[in-house]
Amino acid sequence: MKTTPTICYDEMHDGENAVRPAYSGYSGWYGEQDQAWLRKQSAEAEGFFRRTGITFNVYGNDAGEERLIPFDMVPRIITAVEWRKLSRGIEQRVRALNAFLHDVYHRQEIVRAGKLPERLLRENAAYLPQMAGFVPPGGVYTHIVGIDLVRTGPDDFMVLEDNARTPSGVSYMLENRETMMAMFPELFTRVRVRPVSDYPRRLARSLALCVPPAAQFGNTERPTVAVLTPGIFNSAYFEHAFLADQMGAELVEGSDLRVVDGRIAMRTTRGWQPIDVLYRRVDDEFLDPLTFNPTSVVGVPGIMDIYRAGGITIANAPGTGIADDKAIYSFMPEIVEFYTGEKPILKNVPTWRCSEADSLAYVLDNLAELVVKEVHGSGGYGMLIGPTSSRKEIAAFAAKLRARPDNYIAQPTLALSTCPILTRAGLAPRHVDLRPFVLVSPGGVEITPGGLTRVALKKGSLVVNSSQGGGTKDTWVLED
Amino acid sequence: MLGRSANGVFWMTRYLERAENTARLLEAGFRMALTRGDSASADEWRSVLVTMGLDRAFAEARGADYSGSQVCNFILRAPDNPGSVRAMLETARTNARMVRTAITREVWEGTNEAWMALNEALARPVRETNLGDVLSLIRRHTTLVRGAMDGTMLRNEIFNFARIGTFIERADNTARILDVKYHVLLPSVAWVGSSLDHVQWETVLRSVAGDRAYRWLNAGRLDARGIAQFLLLDGRFPRSLAFCYAKLSSNMAGLAREYGAETPSHALLHAACARLDQTTVEQIIEAGLHETIVSFLRRNGELAVAIANDYRFIE
Repeated sequence: MKTTPTICYDEMHDGENAVRPAYSGYSGWYGEQDQAWLRKQSAEAEGFFRRTGITFNVYGNDAGEERLIPFDMVPRIITAVEWRKLSRGIEQRVRALNAFLHDVYHRQEIVRAGKLPERLLRENAAYLPQMAGFVPPGGVYTHIVGIDLVRTGPDDFMVLEDNARTPSGVSYMLENRETMMAMFPELFTRVRVRPVSDYPRRLARSLALCVPPAAQFGNTERPTVAVLTPGIFNSAYFEHAFLADQMGAELVEGSDLRVVDGRIAMRTTRGWQPIDVLYRRVDDEFLDPLTFNPTSVVGVPGIMDIYRAGGITIANAPGTGIADDKAIYSFMPEIVEFYTGEKPILKNVPTWRCSEADSLAYVLDNLAELVVKEVHGSGGYGMLIGPTSSRKEIAAFAAKLRARPDNYIAQPTLALSTCPILTRAGLAPRHVDLRPFVLVSPGGVEITPGGLTRVALKKGSLVVNSSQGGGTKDTWVLED
Repeated sequence: MLGRSANGVFWMTRYLERAENTARLLEAGFRMALTRGDSASADEWRSVLVTMGLDRAFAEARGADYSGSQVCNFILRAPDNPGSVRAMLETARTNARMVRTAITREVWEGTNEAWMALNEALARPVRETNLGDVLSLIRRHTTLVRGAMDGTMLRNEIFNFARIGTFIERADNTARILDVKYHVLLPSVAWVGSSLDHVQWETVLRSVAGDRAYRWLNAGRLDARGIAQFLLLDGRFPRSLAFCYAKLSSNMAGLAREYGAETPSHALLHAACARLDQTTVEQIIEAGLHETIVSFLRRNGELAVAIANDYRFIE
């Protein structure tokens, strides 16, 4: 098995193994710590996660089993200067995503301008005809966005993926910080880190700004916000409960909801109470059995009709998946430019669309060097990482690719930056990515300074997904 | 508050209470078995199964082997027993997880830790040598959760539903314990107060943690009448029916205050409290203790169903 390129950008050390400025404060502190004590703290953190129930359900063989996402205690640190540039790029991209969504569900100017093949919308399951001609309350499509970034050099941040449906992981961003502050309080007096704990409050405020036309309030009332979860067996249930708790919102399941007098209402101990804004953590397909998958038991029958009639706000809006589809992704540079009139600040990863004959031929010839992903896949399932796959695996994947080329895109195997993790032998570099979380409301775009850093715990591995054994780190954005 | 959440906290506390009472029942059985011969202890273990409504399930799964180790392991951890203490903790914890946003962090962590500790303790069959440790572990953890609720939860409807679950279950358990001893172990009513085995009554008191309180109040007099008075009607004893119903009253009154109205279940509760209040132990013995308890258990169950309906626990 080949490993990844050996020359990667390391977040903490430069080519001469000197500590980069971002890490100078941390490194000073780290040098004074006793290694055995650090390892003991690390083991205690695990017990803490277990006790508090910060777990993750894994689908597949051990269905229903609750696992921990491994937490590594070396933070991923971003300087104020780096963050300013990233923020500008993220905001630009998120504005473009929302403008794009409005356009594809209305006049489709981008198709008329010849910048995007109409086929990509027409033949795409993520495109919901039910959304055509409808403007969501407040004009917001993606209330919550997670932008997956990777770094390959000092100034080379690239967007690997946009998450415009129901991005998860924000609870880990918050709990990781809590854990670090509980374990190493003195560290935060030595290094000035921008806080992230504000996120649930901002989320609540941002959702409350998008009330539907049917909601009417007196001066003292506030909108009723609820979080819709598929239930305790969902992989991200902890996060759903966590966010509802932190926002002071109700955590509801489909079976708690029904249509009452033209609104979506929840069954409370004193009767049916209408909901104004529903932060749903249920996929489009399962949202409304009357409109989408008729076998869904986690959705609410009739919610799409109520939504279109202005009776409720759904966040994120149904049909936003068209914007984070991997086939659309390859057009993001054009999309950003089309709607903002500016050059994209953040680069895309070069992408071959296997639906195009030339690209397919190239991809098939170079499978051993490429990463191939399913257009509609996520969570690291159903992908091929050429450099770490056997010949047999590559041959099997090639057959799948030839059978349904439309279903795949390919990207070069990136030299993802590394960040040290704590091992028994001290610090050792591992590949990382970064998912900052973005809130969109009629009031504007807010980016929480930080995000979720995922880390591949196996040496050389490039797969950071928690469903595939990746871990997480606290992410620091330094104060100016 | 969601009806489903009310249902969740209600069943979370019911199962925790049931687990605790089961541990007490086993503790009493264990003590009895230590002090008596094999045949008597088989009767004792069997009565524990009857009290829990598990006698038939046990006979089907294990036959007639009423040894302490068989019965204890069946009740505590048998995978083929859906009514095991392990399953109770699992259900309590699943409910707690479902209503995570309705309970405080400390209550959730307490419940989660109870589940974790018990899973570890029950990973292997329990032996006589560590039975005491396991039982005290169950008592300690369920007590911790109750303490966390007391110390951290807002006194609102959520707290009321949690307490209602606790006291509906406790009243049920106390009544069952008394009934089994009285009805199943006694050949006929003629035995009341005469040749009744003192050790057996001691066991009843022990299994509701009332032996010391009873002795202190009754100075050595140990008979069915005194014990029935104590377990059914003495409002000072925290596991008596009278005490449980006083707590149900105050929590249901809390709901009525918060919602601005009483419900049909309030009427049921008022009637039940009036019955407990106006009945003397003489009348109960006259009417038949077993008959009284059976009708109490039925009404207690009906009250739980009425509360679930009135507050929309389920659709």
